Amino acid sequence: MYEYLLTHPFLAALAALVALSLVFGAVLGYAAVQFKVEGDPIVDQLDELLPQTQCGQCSYPGCRPYAEAIANGDAINKCPPGGQATINAIADLLDVEAPTLDEEHGEESEVKTVAYIREDECIGCTKCIQACPMDAILGAAKQMHTVIADECTGCDLCVEPCPVDCIDMLPVESGLSDWKWNKPPAVVENIQIIATDKHPDKDGAAA
Amino acid sequence: MTKIWSIPGGIHPEENKSQSLQLPLGEISLPDELIFPLSQHIGAPAKPVVAVGDRVLGGQKIAEAKGMISAPVHASTSGTVTAIEDRTLPHPSGLSGPCIVIAADGKDEFADFETCEDYLSLDRDTLVQKIRNAGITGMGGAGFPTAVKLSPRANQPIDTLILNGTECEPYITADDILMQTRPEDIIRGTQLLAHLLGNPERVVIGIEDNKPKAIAAVTQAAQGTNIEVVSFPTKYPSGGEKQLIQILTGKEVPSGGLPSDIGIVLQNVGTAVAAYEAVRFGKPLIERITTVVGQALETQRNILVRLGTPIHHVLAEHGFVEKKAMRLIVGGPMMGYALEQDDVPVVKTTNCILAPTKKELPPPPPAQACIRCGMCAEACPASLLPQQMYWYAAAEEYDRLEAQNIKDCIECGACSFVCPSNIPLVQYYRAAKGTMRQMAIDKEKSDRSRKRFEFRQERIAKAEAEKEAKRLARKKAAELAKQKQEAEKAAGVKPASHADKVDIVATAMASAKAKQATPEEQKSKLQRAVTSAEGRLEKLQQRHAEAEGDMKDRLAAQIKQAELKLQETQNKLADFKPVPTEIVAEATDRAPAATDPNDPVAAAIARAQAKMTMAPDEKLKANIESLNGRLAKAEEKLATAQAENSDKVEALQTGVDKLKEKIATAEKELAELAPSAPAAPAPEEQDAAAAAIERAKAKAAQQASMSPEDKLRDQLNSMAGRLEKAQAKLEKAKADNADTVDALQLGLDKMLSKRDKLRDELRAINPKAPELDDQPTASSKAEETPEQPDAATAAIEKAKAKAEALANMSPEDKLRDQIASLETRLEKARQRLAKAEAEDDPNLDAFKTGVEKTEAKLEQAKQELSNA
Repeated sequence: MYEYLLTHPFLAALAALVALSLVFGAVLGYAAVQFKVEGDPIVDQLDELLPQTQCGQCSYPGCRPYAEAIANGDAINKCPPGGQATINAIADLLDVEAPTLDEEHGEESEVKTVAYIREDECIGCTKCIQACPMDAILGAAKQMHTVIADECTGCDLCVEPCPVDCIDMLPVESGLSDWKWNKPPAVVENIQIIATDKHPDKDGAAA
Repeated sequence: MTKIWSIPGGIHPEENKSQSLQLPLGEISLPDELIFPLSQHIGAPAKPVVAVGDRVLGGQKIAEAKGMISAPVHASTSGTVTAIEDRTLPHPSGLSGPCIVIAADGKDEFADFETCEDYLSLDRDTLVQKIRNAGITGMGGAGFPTAVKLSPRANQPIDTLILNGTECEPYITADDILMQTRPEDIIRGTQLLAHLLGNPERVVIGIEDNKPKAIAAVTQAAQGTNIEVVSFPTKYPSGGEKQLIQILTGKEVPSGGLPSDIGIVLQNVGTAVAAYEAVRFGKPLIERITTVVGQALETQRNILVRLGTPIHHVLAEHGFVEKKAMRLIVGGPMMGYALEQDDVPVVKTTNCILAPTKKELPPPPPAQACIRCGMCAEACPASLLPQQMYWYAAAEEYDRLEAQNIKDCIECGACSFVCPSNIPLVQYYRAAKGTMRQMAIDKEKSDRSRKRFEFRQERIAKAEAEKEAKRLARKKAAELAKQKQEAEKAAGVKPASHADKVDIVATAMASAKAKQATPEEQKSKLQRAVTSAEGRLEKLQQRHAEAEGDMKDRLAAQIKQAELKLQETQNKLADFKPVPTEIVAEATDRAPAATDPNDPVAAAIARAQAKMTMAPDEKLKANIESLNGRLAKAEEKLATAQAENSDKVEALQTGVDKLKEKIATAEKELAELAPSAPAAPAPEEQDAAAAAIERAKAKAAQQASMSPEDKLRDQLNSMAGRLEKAQAKLEKAKADNADTVDALQLGLDKMLSKRDKLRDELRAINPKAPELDDQPTASSKAEETPEQPDAATAAIEKAKAKAEALANMSPEDKLRDQIASLETRLEKARQRLAKAEAEDDPNLDAFKTGVEKTEAKLEQAKQELSNA
């Protein structure tokens, strides 16, 4: 056998390659079974990045479905509540160019809002309770409803079904507790440090 | 000499401490208005305990601590609460927050303070409570509630207490002057704190070596105690908590940890004095030493100032020249913050008010690009990489910042100080830290939202699944029922198979059992009904007597109704007894097993059981017997009803018809089972009806063995006989002008039609049958020959005829016949109903029910026919 292979180098090479491929195939096959990851980890990561308002403005019924859609190749700029920050984060994760927010799905709002029920006007129809994806509205049939402000994500979904239009989206009040320092203005390259920095065409009077 | 460690980095800015030390500690006049922010400390804001308009004394608590990490607020002089409202706070944000505003009355009266000479003998908790109630917070700058800091967790024994007299920031000399003027109080306060912490092994007062007078004073006061007074080289920021610990002990507080994690507690010297005063004299924190300094002021010194004093008042007392001032800073030049307004008050943490001129503290030159010189990294006391953090902060790469341990940055400003490009590095870090904190909060919220959303989805899915499961179960049940029905129908082609019978009997038993109520119960129920009806009637009558006009008529109608009902109920009650006894008689005859002779239901069950155990032909015989019995009874009743011309005639008639039908079926079955067997033994009943049945049965048996033609002929003959009889009866009735004429006429008509039918049939079989000729004779005879009109007999005859006819018919024909008869009856009933309506008959309801019932029956019969 050995002699035979020595005399037929082509067959020897073929045999070696076949043997190697079998070995590696076995190893890979074992690894595929043993270290199998359940679910799509990229969907989890995307879901982590999305704001979890479950508002459906992306046209998917919740954040996770949108994460799944992104994983399947949908555009990443459909999330107005997350805004550009979320788009950037997703772009980073997927290593793609960050597009700007698709205005078709809504505008990014500067202030966070929270639903507020004018309780005098509430008729207790429970429609908003059914609409709330967060279970953040408390109440019962023919009883006044109220919003648990801490759980409200400001998704707007309760406003539409209200038959008496008694739900307002109020901006979240910011106080001392969530005050933070502002970022200093970015360093400008052509700043005037010495006289020669001045641009003659910009401030000709000074020159 | 105690060993001193050194800290990495650090800077040596110009100290500028001498300006404020030229004058002794001063005091200023009371302002007209004092402002007490509810949040002067770290933790939850205090809760006001005074109302607008209340007069308060100096030292009186005006807001109490809310929650564990919180501190109360006290009035610093006497006066009236003029407002509890939002005022601008001494805070870098320049935001407003809730404040209690007090208009001072100038009397400066104080509440009585509870002094305590021997405070060290008090137990720990009492002392800590006293400190807490006095509103003592850290006087160094952060304002952490002291009581909380003095209550370390049980698993963290404290071995070192450090008193911070470092005061490393330029310009500030408040602690210096305190140490110079009140070294004894500092020592007493230190001893108090040591006592509260369980007398740690080591108690150190750390003072920078640029305060020789303070060092001397404190060392002097500390003689004879176990308190070490340690001086060390001046370097900014040695006064930082973690830095001072490192300098004095060589230990580093772990990243993200607290000094108590390594057994160390650090307090400001000012805090020690305040705690001592609170315990010894019961004096709450209502004043503090503040350095008022800057070249925009005529007088620069340290003052003992009441908390709540507006800063503009302090500045006015020190000859503040607004023109000269570049800006107003609270705190030192390194870590302080600029004020936008000067109407904010002095609070517990205000250690310095700095009013520098433009020359003294020029505005920072514009920032330039980072040249990566690395000086910031050398200056950082926390051994961080400020330059890297700057890049990441500028690019908002927060995860990278996290990796650079930005949270360990103490924001001392050393890096900004050394930066040759004048980049405001600390501002970047502060902004980034704020954003990261916000992001963490948002993340937590979004995680919670996700959980809530997922939970909701799950809940909805579960509810849906349950619904679906129920729906499927129902569907399956319906399918099964349908299958069973179909199977039954298939089996039901054979007229009443044995299995079916058993089933029916079982069902009957079950329903009988379900209905089971003892006669006593039934009787009592009826009696109750009678009583209630009587009561109602009485009440109505009473009301009737009182009522007038329309109302009276209505009530009268109601009374009539009630009377009727009462009568009905009474009748029922009266009828109640005899019915069961009759049944019992039967039951005892056939089912000796029946235990309770008074219980019709039990009897029924016994009968049913007996039936089940019998052989088919025996069963049939028994069946026929029982049916005969019932028929006899029914006929009796019918006769009575007709005699009384009761409204129930119709219903009874139906009952009789049905019974007969049943008998015929049963007999037919029996005949099929045993064609040669003799007819069922004749029961011994005496009445004519029974005899008639006997005849009918005999005929049925005979017919079973006859050819169809013979049968028909036989029938026709009998029919002719009956017709004659019926006609005779009718004549008599007419002659007597009896009420039964109608009924008789009807019966006669029916008989005639039946005979016609029979004839037709016969003709179909044998067109030359002789019986076909005598039709006119019969009818004319009927008109001419009146006989004894006995309505009941006629009806019975009719019924029997029907039964016989039915016995010969195929099930389909039977059904058709039934339908025809039902239709006629329905028509009749409708007519009667119309009549009743026209006459406003009181039994209108009964008629209606009758019509409805008949309709229902007709419907059913039609259904069966279509099924067949």
